[in-house]
Amino acid sequence: MFAFTYHRPSSVRKAAALAASVADGKLLAGGHTLIPTLKQRLAAPGDVIDLGGIPDLAGIELRGRTLSIGAMTRHAEVAASPVVKEAVPALAYLAGLIGDPAVRNRGTIGGSIANNDPSADYPAACLGLGATIITSQRRIEADDFFTGLFETALEPGEIITRIAFPAVKKAAYVKFANPASRYAMVGVFAAKRTADIRVAVTGASQSGVFRWTEAEEALKKRFAGRSLDGLSLPADDMISDLHGSGEYRAHLVGVIAQRAVEAAAG
Amino acid sequence: MPIVTMTVNGRPVSADVDPRTLLVQFLRENLMLTGTHVGCDTSQCGACTVHLDGHAVKACTVLALQAEGGAVVTIEGLGAPGLLHPMQEAFREHHGLQCGFCTPGMIMAAIDIVNRHGNELAEHTVREELEGNICRCTGYHNIVRAITEGARAMAAPVLNRAAE
Ligand SMILES: Cc1cc2nc3c(=O)[nH]c(=O)nc-3n(C[C@H](O)[C@H](O)[C@H](O)COP(=O)(O)OP(=O)(O)OC[C@H]3O[C@@H](n4cnc5c(N)ncnc54)[C@H](O)[C@@H]3O)c2cc1C
Ligand code: FES
Ligand code: FES
Repeated sequence: MFAFTYHRPSSVRKAAALAASVADGKLLAGGHTLIPTLKQRLAAPGDVIDLGGIPDLAGIELRGRTLSIGAMTRHAEVAASPVVKEAVPALAYLAGLIGDPAVRNRGTIGGSIANNDPSADYPAACLGLGATIITSQRRIEADDFFTGLFETALEPGEIITRIAFPAVKKAAYVKFANPASRYAMVGVFAAKRTADIRVAVTGASQSGVFRWTEAEEALKKRFAGRSLDGLSLPADDMISDLHGSGEYRAHLVGVIAQRAVEAAAG
Repeated sequence: MPIVTMTVNGRPVSADVDPRTLLVQFLRENLMLTGTHVGCDTSQCGACTVHLDGHAVKACTVLALQAEGGAVVTIEGLGAPGLLHPMQEAFREHHGLQCGFCTPGMIMAAIDIVNRHGNELAEHTVREELEGNICRCTGYHNIVRAITEGARAMAAPVLNRAAE
C-alpha cells in the first residue's frame, strides 16, 4: 500500500465536502474490494474517506412497497433481515451467496454497486428489480447507473446513500459460481412485477451486467422457462478466460436464465 | 499519525498507527497477539479471522482504523491454558488440527457459525459455512466433526465445563 491520509467523517455532507476538497480521494466502505486493490498498488489515493462512521448510511426499512437499504448495510444483514426476506426474498437469498461468511460481515451493498465488478451479484438484483440508486446528489435509475465494466454513472466524490427496491415476490436469482473465487461465472436475476418483466445477467458480458431484452420480450407471452427455448446470445460479447470460453458462457446464460425464470414463476 | 482506540479481548487499547496498518498487523505487531495468523493476505484463507463487534471478519482486509471504537476478540480471548473454550477443547479432542496454522481462524469462524446457526449443526451447514477458511493439512473431516461437537458443548452450562 502507498501512504494515504485517513478520514472518518460523521455525516454524508461532511464526507461529500471532504471528497470535493481533496485531489484524489477514495471512499472506503467495507474495504473488501478497495483494501486488496490498495495492497496490490492498483490504486494510490492520497486520501481515504471511511464511510464507517456515518450512522445514517446503515439500516433497512420498508415504506409501503419500497424496500430501502442503506449503502453501508453489510451483505450478512441483508441476507438475514426478516424485512428483506418478506419484501424481496430473492434479494436476501442473493446476499447470502456473496463470497463467504466473513466477507459478508464486511462487504456492503453500496460498495458492491459502486464497484460494478462484472462478476458481482448485487448489480444483477438492481437491474433485475429496477432499483433506484440514491446518492448525495440525486436519484439514478438502475437502468442508467451501470454503464460498463467497473463503470457507473457516479460522478467523482458522489456518494451512494441508499438503494430503493420495489417489493417484488415473483423474482429469483440463480448463480453459477466460480468454484474457486465464488464470484458469478453467470448469475441471472429474473423478475416479474405486473407488466414489467426483467432478466438481468451478471458474470458473463465483457461490458458488465446487462438486461437480456430478447428474453424479456419472449417472456411477455408467457412467463415460463420454456419461453426462452431456442434463444441465444452472441458469444463474442462474452467474457472468455481460463474458467470458460465465450461460447460456454453464452450457453450458460440460457440455461441459468431458464432456471431463474422457473424459480421466479414458482 | 492518527490514534486508534478499541477493546481487544475486553481490554481497552489505544495506539498511534500509520493509516495503512491492517487490523491483523495491529494485533500481531502492536499488541503481540500472534495467535491470529496471516496465511494469504488476500482475504481467501481465513487464517486471520477474528471477531469484530461479535462477527467473524478477515483481519487482513480491515484497517485498524476501521475498528475504531469496536470490540475485537481474538483466539487469545477465548480460553486459558487448562480452561479451554469448548470449541478449542473440541478441536483438541477430535484431532481438528495438524500443523495448527489455520486453527485460530477456524475456531473463530466456528464460534461465529454457532452464534448464527445454533448448537445443533448439520454437517453440510458446517461445510458450507467454512467456505472462507482453508486448511492445507487435515482434509476437513475432523474439523467438521470438532465444530459440530464443539457447538453442542457450547450449549452445556459453564459450571460443568470447568468441573470436567
Ligand atoms: C474473498 C472475496 C470473495 C468475494 N465474493 C464475492 C461474490 O461472490 N460476489 C460479489 O458480488 N462480490 C464478492 N466479493 C466482493 C465483496 O462483495 C465486496 O465487499 C464488494 O464488492 C465491495 O464492497 P465494499 O463494501 O467492500 O466496498 P469497498 O471495497 O470499500 O469499496 C469498493 C469501491 O466502491 C466505492 N464505494 C464504496 N462505497 C461507496 C458509496 N457508498 N458511494 C460511492 N462509492 C462507494 C469505493 O470508493 C471503492 O472504489 C468478494 C470479496 C472477497 C474479498
Ligand atoms: S490472511 Fe486473511 S484471509 Fe488469508
Ligand atoms: S492444520 Fe495445517 S493448515 Fe489446517
